[in-house]
Amino acid sequence: MMALIETNLPALQVVLPLVAAPLCAMLGRGSRSWAFATIVSWLTFLIALSLFTKTFGGTIISYEMGGWAPPVGIEYRVDVLNAFVLMIVSGMAAIVLPYARRSVAAEIPAERQSFFYTAFLLCLTGLLGVTITGDAFNVFVFLEISSLSTYALVASGAWRNKRALTAAYNYLIMGTVGATFFVIGIGMLYMVTGTLNMADLAVRIAAHGDSSTVHMGFVFILIGIGLKLAMFPLHLWLPNAYSFAPSAVTAFLAATATKVAVYVMLRFMFTVFGFDYEFQAATLEMVVLPLAILAMFAASLVAIFQDDLKRMLAYSSVAQIGYILLGLTFLTDTGLTAAIIHLFNHAVTKGALFMVAGCYVLMAGTSSISSLRGVGRDMPWTTAAFVVAGFSLIGLPLTVGFVSKWYLVLAALELGWWPVALLIMASSLLAIIYVWRVVETAYLQSAPEGTVRKEAPLSMLIPTWVLVAMSIWFGINAMTTSAAASRAADMLIGSSQILWED
Amino acid sequence: MTDANILLLAIAIPALTPFVVAALGNRPNLRDGASVLASFATFAAVLALLDAVIDGARPAVTLLEVMPGLVLRFEVEPLGMLFATVASGLWIATAIYSIGYMRGANEKNQTRFYICFAIAIAAALGIAFSGNLFTLFIFYEVLTVSTYPLVAHKETPEARKGARVYLAILMTTSILFLLVAVIWTWNIAGTMDFRAGGILEGKIDPAYVPFLLALFAFGISKAALMPFHRWLPAAMVAPTPVSALLHAVAVVKAGVFTMLKVGTYIFGVGFLGKTGAAEWLMWLAAASILIASIVALTKDDLKARLAYSTVSQLSYITLGVALASQMGVIGGSMHIVMHAMGKITLFMCAGAIYVAAHKTKISELDGLGRKMPITFICFAIASLSIIGLPPFGGAWSKWYLMLAAADAGQIVIIGVLMLSSLLNVAYLLPIPARAFFAPPRGQVAHSLGAAAAPVREGVEEAPLLCLIPICVTAIGCLVLFFAVGGLYEYLLSIQILPESMP
Repeated sequence: MMALIETNLPALQVVLPLVAAPLCAMLGRGSRSWAFATIVSWLTFLIALSLFTKTFGGTIISYEMGGWAPPVGIEYRVDVLNAFVLMIVSGMAAIVLPYARRSVAAEIPAERQSFFYTAFLLCLTGLLGVTITGDAFNVFVFLEISSLSTYALVASGAWRNKRALTAAYNYLIMGTVGATFFVIGIGMLYMVTGTLNMADLAVRIAAHGDSSTVHMGFVFILIGIGLKLAMFPLHLWLPNAYSFAPSAVTAFLAATATKVAVYVMLRFMFTVFGFDYEFQAATLEMVVLPLAILAMFAASLVAIFQDDLKRMLAYSSVAQIGYILLGLTFLTDTGLTAAIIHLFNHAVTKGALFMVAGCYVLMAGTSSISSLRGVGRDMPWTTAAFVVAGFSLIGLPLTVGFVSKWYLVLAALELGWWPVALLIMASSLLAIIYVWRVVETAYLQSAPEGTVRKEAPLSMLIPTWVLVAMSIWFGINAMTTSAAASRAADMLIGSSQILWED
Repeated sequence: MTDANILLLAIAIPALTPFVVAALGNRPNLRDGASVLASFATFAAVLALLDAVIDGARPAVTLLEVMPGLVLRFEVEPLGMLFATVASGLWIATAIYSIGYMRGANEKNQTRFYICFAIAIAAALGIAFSGNLFTLFIFYEVLTVSTYPLVAHKETPEARKGARVYLAILMTTSILFLLVAVIWTWNIAGTMDFRAGGILEGKIDPAYVPFLLALFAFGISKAALMPFHRWLPAAMVAPTPVSALLHAVAVVKAGVFTMLKVGTYIFGVGFLGKTGAAEWLMWLAAASILIASIVALTKDDLKARLAYSTVSQLSYITLGVALASQMGVIGGSMHIVMHAMGKITLFMCAGAIYVAAHKTKISELDGLGRKMPITFICFAIASLSIIGLPPFGGAWSKWYLMLAAADAGQIVIIGVLMLSSLLNVAYLLPIPARAFFAPPRGQVAHSLGAAAAPVREGVEEAPLLCLIPICVTAIGCLVLFFAVGGLYEYLLSIQILPESMP
């Protein structure tokens, strides 16, 4: 039995939440479906953990779905990079779900909660599937599963604020456009190569050589994924979706959805198109690099002027994605390491911050910064969590944010890109402004008359502080994460040479 | 107990004190007692370490590896030992003084005050003992963050504004310049250990040296080198014990200490001298000395005048580094001690005047010397020491700095130092002079209005707990003049030249 489970772990990783989702819908009212979903998320996390420990040493697990051999059948392929992302996604789900109970209970009517958790599990399924699969078309399928359930999740914020519906609709349109671009791109690659397996695609694209169809395929995929990961200026769906979605959803999506999209980008760029693909290198340097820097500044500047905490954090996410993309465009080992490690670091940090915002929404009834005056006294633990996670967002030492920034600047300096290194630092100064605005309001201003606010319940505080503690722990002891990230980077760089073996 | 354990203990005591203070928050007497006790214990540990260092021991502890190659490491050498002794020794004086001041001035949130104070001391000791640039940077930032609540302590709009300037300047420069400099150093030298003779020689193109030095010099804005000195006057909104210990001793000295450390152990004095890279820094420091002194002349607010005087005096130490010779380093290090002793006395006097007479402006001090003779005598002694007149300690550090300037053949610099002493006379001595010799303002007014109540005569000093530390440090200024021989011997043991190659 154990052996059977062990050999089928890659399949279980996706199948478990997928099968659990409809069961969850059948469980009826709130708390039962919540408990079920939570247990499923924990199991999924265990699976991801064991996959990660197996691949950390450099092994690549190749799993043939239904026994059909690739490239005809669908292959699940786990290496250190996607095992790392799987761990982030399932880990965040396992932390967000315990947090979600009180928050969801307050934001969504009881009879709809089981559907909410169903959508949540489906979203998890989709994100895990995108990450684990080694089949290009399969990526699209899972991307749609996660996107469709995300639209539903965002729209379920409508019980708190009706604008969630427009936000979800907006996201739906943009997301669909993105998915269409993506699938067209894959179609073009299929036209050229006649295969959909990523490893196989890599070999055949290399053999086929450069052509304008491959160029078009690359550009379509870049734009499609760019929409999904909110690459500036394709980010317009994100602020609304994040600010109006239920708090737990925002925390989960902010930490995972864009990260998975970044993973897809990494995978397509470096595994499928290859590290030394010239057209790609040129596009990255001429197009993506300026956009990434623009995102770092424009989005941070906009964040400074937001009054809604969730919206401010959402814009900060756009800026942080800029960092990740920047690391990618360096096309060096250190740059990729920076991008990959920031996937994790930003997930932890932003997850914690959105959870804090959720605590404010529940206990203070608002996420508007100006009405959070003096909240530091009424909700000391929540606000302290914000301060610490805020430090990480700024990138102060002893937090994970510092580790990311370190690698990023190091990568820029290795290339001798002076101005870029200074720009990275300058943009993190903008983070100080928007984080400190909140800190000042929370601690140094007196509460508005007649407000009654109590500390958030433990079921929400503990998950929040788990993430905060992680953002400190992995900032002080970054050996594991940096080893994983640098191995993943090595693998991506080397993978244009690693061919698919049968 | 081994030296390494004592080293850890010296940092651990102030680092753990906040927990004790927080636990005793409801019992002010025990809480303040704990703080004083901790300061004595820390000083005892530091003294034990000092003994070992004088005997030639160089205890070191490696805590953990944060990222590959980047270790948190403490290592004691004479320069750091000196700073640690000054900071921890004067902590005792301030800890006692704070009790008198905070109670006398009826400050709120005293528990928070003592918590942040202890963290700041721990950070200062961390800086003093750091074994590499990375560790130093971490504690440098901890010091910035932990002092922010102290500066903003009063929570008034001015306090908020001052604290914002404080944080903005310190953070901006440390992230934008210092961190880039640190990463750059790591990138070219492949190490960040402090080594006698520096780690950069032969690794960096000499043309870049002034540029890297500029990143360091402006990045270490705790040294208040113009034009990044604005935070120091802004921080004067803090309660006086904070200004006394932190902004006359721990924070600013952490800045100049870092400057000395970087000059001696990263660049290497010999390398700086050979390349002439520090020449611009020398002129900037000289300008900073004069300009800040002139600005100090124009300030009527007592603390603001002292703040500008600090800006000016700190540049003496920067000047010592920029002269790039052993004598410069000795003069600079000695000035750390002398200026600390003098300036803490001046600040504590300013606080005593505020507590006893509620006066903050120099123009209001007329005749106050009769009411507070001890305070003003101490003020006069400390002023003379800052000016550099024998028989007070300040005379020696200026003497050695002038020797260094003479060695370097910089006649103009000698002139600058002498001019600065004259300016010191002009802005410091009028204060005790007015207090003792000018008629009290009230009396003039009362002689006109016959019906006014008679002016109360007699001595009205600040509380005893304020007065004792002031007397002790004032006597310290005198003692240092005679104890300089030992200090000079000790400073000679700072290794300037690289260890001979085996």
